[in-house]
Amino acid sequence: MRIDLEPRAGRSLALDIGAPAGALAFAILLGGIVVWLLGKSPAQAFMVYFVQPLMEGWSLQEVAVKACPLVLIAVGLSFCYRANVWNIGAEGQFVIGGLCGGWLGVVTHGGAGQGAIGGWWIVPAMLLLGALGGALYAMLPALLRVWLGVSEILTSLMLVYIAELGLDYLVRGALRDPKGFNFPQSVTFDDAARLPFLAEGERLHAGVALALLAVAAAAFVFARSRFGFEVRLVGEAPRAARFAGFSDARLTIAVFAISGALAGLAGICEVSGQIGQLVPTISPGYGFTAIIVAFLGRLSPFGILLAGLVLALTYIGGEAAQVALKLPNDMTRAFQGILLMCVLMADAAARYKIRLVSGSGA
Amino acid sequence: MLDSTTKLALAGAIALGMATGAMAADKLKTGFVYVGPVGDFGYSYQHDQGRIAMQKALGDAVESTFLESIPENDSERSIEQLARTGHQLIFTTSFGFMEPTLKVAKKFPNIKFEHATGYKRADNVATYSAKFHEGRYIIGQIAGKMTKSNIIGYVASFPIPEVVSGINAFMLGAQSVNPGIKVKIVWANTWFDPGKEADAAKALLAQGADIISQHTDSAAPLQEAEKAGKLGFGQASDMSRFAPKAQLTSIIDDWSGYYTGRVKAALDGTWKATDTWGGLGAKMVVMAPFANMPDEVKAMAQQTTADIASGKLNPFKCPVLDQAGKAAECKGGTALDDGQILGMNWYVKGIDDKVPQ
Repeated sequence: MRIDLEPRAGRSLALDIGAPAGALAFAILLGGIVVWLLGKSPAQAFMVYFVQPLMEGWSLQEVAVKACPLVLIAVGLSFCYRANVWNIGAEGQFVIGGLCGGWLGVVTHGGAGQGAIGGWWIVPAMLLLGALGGALYAMLPALLRVWLGVSEILTSLMLVYIAELGLDYLVRGALRDPKGFNFPQSVTFDDAARLPFLAEGERLHAGVALALLAVAAAAFVFARSRFGFEVRLVGEAPRAARFAGFSDARLTIAVFAISGALAGLAGICEVSGQIGQLVPTISPGYGFTAIIVAFLGRLSPFGILLAGLVLALTYIGGEAAQVALKLPNDMTRAFQGILLMCVLMADAAARYKIRLVSGSGA
Repeated sequence: MLDSTTKLALAGAIALGMATGAMAADKLKTGFVYVGPVGDFGYSYQHDQGRIAMQKALGDAVESTFLESIPENDSERSIEQLARTGHQLIFTTSFGFMEPTLKVAKKFPNIKFEHATGYKRADNVATYSAKFHEGRYIIGQIAGKMTKSNIIGYVASFPIPEVVSGINAFMLGAQSVNPGIKVKIVWANTWFDPGKEADAAKALLAQGADIISQHTDSAAPLQEAEKAGKLGFGQASDMSRFAPKAQLTSIIDDWSGYYTGRVKAALDGTWKATDTWGGLGAKMVVMAPFANMPDEVKAMAQQTTADIASGKLNPFKCPVLDQAGKAAECKGGTALDDGQILGMNWYVKGIDDKVPQ
């Protein structure tokens, strides 16, 4: 007896949509059982977790703010992964982007450089620096891969630690707030160096609009452009792509540049929008979580948007559950794991027919 | 998918949620935000012990909620969530929560906030911290007496002033009884990561240290000392259950008195945005029982504890020499002043290391 996975001949839209939806429902059911075993009401947990955060303006904003970096990074990663290029180091590109853009926020603190021309140029310049920094940092693994054939998986991952420690070093040293009692953090940015917010005191920042823009742009590129076709062809049929005259090397560099730029943009959006200063760590692991988001969204821009929002919702709902139901924080993490497993299993079930074959087939 | 039973259950859940909300309305709701898990048996655990003691002391008048393992760079939302859900007094217990706390406090001027270990206050933001360095002076003395190899291993977290002043106080205490002592420092760059902390301790033991001191939150370094048959000190809580043969004592953060007092003040309407920095005297820092040492060392440690608590002895009494042997300016008259200790980023004489900058 053995189990065979046979690819399904055609892919139906019903399965494509039904599988993840079914997986979500199944994960919620499993989570409900765990909550019930903990002696809490599953129905109330469901309300607190998934419904209440979507009922109020402020928590909706929080979901969007949390999803923003995940979606931006994951959209970039989808270019790499579609082309069979494995950028695992988006976390590092995120940090470098935040650092490069944040540097401008630090040096323009207290009105510096804003005298005659005003501060209108600072935020656009920060965003540009962030994207540029991320893209350049992504060039290291890309060029090593193209020139020397070094595995980009290893180099991009290792560069994460270098980026994190570099930020840590600068925040403790050159970029430290001189009036901050030696604590490792920079000055807080002037308003001119903060992304525009929905309204005074609100948390929804312009980075969310950039994330939506990135989703739309990526969807267009994948569906309509020659470059999008090239990415897919090189990923799925590298030999055919070579015959067609597409260059592996050029594409590797291009997809790394795109994903690095988007990760860097996410980094500076987080620094300029959410945090408002440079601190020793600016990411609770967005660059890694975004890998999950990219795959949950099946590398499609709109899927990624949805996956990013669902994952963000589990964070917000998880905190609400801690407050309202006194559920432990570990429950949130466990639930995220359950959700991922369910989606991956449903994915396999949607793509393949599962058959039990008797006897020892060759 | 929604059948009638589910709908009924949902309706019931909403009703239940509202009912509990209404019942809690006349209680004072307090919220606590922790940087680590409550199960770290160190820093966050002690804050939670303080919360539990406060809850016990004030009983039905208060309700308390906590959020654990909140990343500092993404904490504004978590703090706001507490503010939005009816919490009237919110304690944020780690340095990195400073700016987020201030931001949320600005948005909710009628809610009271308390931030631990920071230095920025507002009309509705108080700060509080403990003079951990007082305890470090005592364990330095004990280490100075107990070491045979004359090498002490020190597992440090991040080079912030609290940790640097802790190393200095430890060294000054050690030098007061053993002038030739050496301290080897490993920066683990984490507050809580048992694996990394254990590795750091192993490296120090391999370099000849026979006593391990730690400024990280898990019991792992102390456990490594126990495994190697050496000695060590606990951190933040009494860790003797993890290393009964190795723990000499532990510097315990005791927040219960502070939390109870502050919540009571909020209930009485006398709460103010104060700045509190208490040590052994205020019982915010407490020493765990002195163990695994001869009686005369125990007596010395008890005497030092009493002297610091009464104010007779200041760990940073002048002159305090820096690594080059130059005396630091004595801004506090007979000792360094609070500002100098709270912003310390230099080592005292005899420490063979550079403050990571």
